[in-house]
Amino acid sequence: MVNYQRRLNRTFAALVDPTRRAILAHLQRKDGASVSELAEPFSIKLPAVMKHLDVLADAGLVTRSKAGRTVTVRLRAQPMREAMQWLRHYERFWSSSLDRLALYAKEKEAMARSERR
Amino acid sequence: MTSLTLVRRINARPSIVFDALTTAEGIAQWWGPDAGPVLVAESDVRIGGRYRVRFRLLDGSEHESSGTYLELVKPERVVMTWRWLAGGADPGESRVEITLRAIPEGTELTFTHSRLHDEESRRSHEGGWSGALRKLEALFARPS
Repeated sequence: MVNYQRRLNRTFAALVDPTRRAILAHLQRKDGASVSELAEPFSIKLPAVMKHLDVLADAGLVTRSKAGRTVTVRLRAQPMREAMQWLRHYERFWSSSLDRLALYAKEKEAMARSERR
Repeated sequence: MTSLTLVRRINARPSIVFDALTTAEGIAQWWGPDAGPVLVAESDVRIGGRYRVRFRLLDGSEHESSGTYLELVKPERVVMTWRWLAGGADPGESRVEITLRAIPEGTELTFTHSRLHDEESRRSHEGGWSGALRKLEALFARPS
């Protein structure tokens, strides 16, 4: 059985880091990039980029394939989609709930004030 | 682990917002993702006490969520667990934290819903996972 919850947690942990998010954004624009291509926009060394790619691969966010001496990194959208769905779902739930809560509390406040008068 | 954070500025004093958040009477007025009705609202407002809310969406489907209060500091802070009992959308327990801060126009409410760490969610949820996932997918598949 695939552990959905654990997978999601790994996805989110991977997404916390801004460099990793930038790598994913790069892959979103142009899928299938080499490691050095991905390292280019950052002021960090290749091994550091490799480490970030390890985390992203563990979370299932990217795949790496080697052809000769070139490693090609590709985006795997599924875990990201799951994470985004979780967020979207609760955002929709809570955003409208809190809007109604705000209206309700405002009415209660108005009532409390008029009672005091 | 990730979390969803929302901030609202409300034209009401913190104690009024706190009661709206925690009393059954209050919950019945605002809980749910659309204008569908709250069918059942129960809230035992004390640490370790449970809340349970059943609501119907405008599409006719019914959902129920419940949890336990972990922290209650009136009128500043509420922390509670969250899980779906019916019409489920999440395979496991999560955590909701709300803080209220007095501001000139009333209250600034900061809301955070976070997933739990692996260990906690494994402990709190054993088995029944694939059914929950199917329900989750069904819920997301619905147009919002």
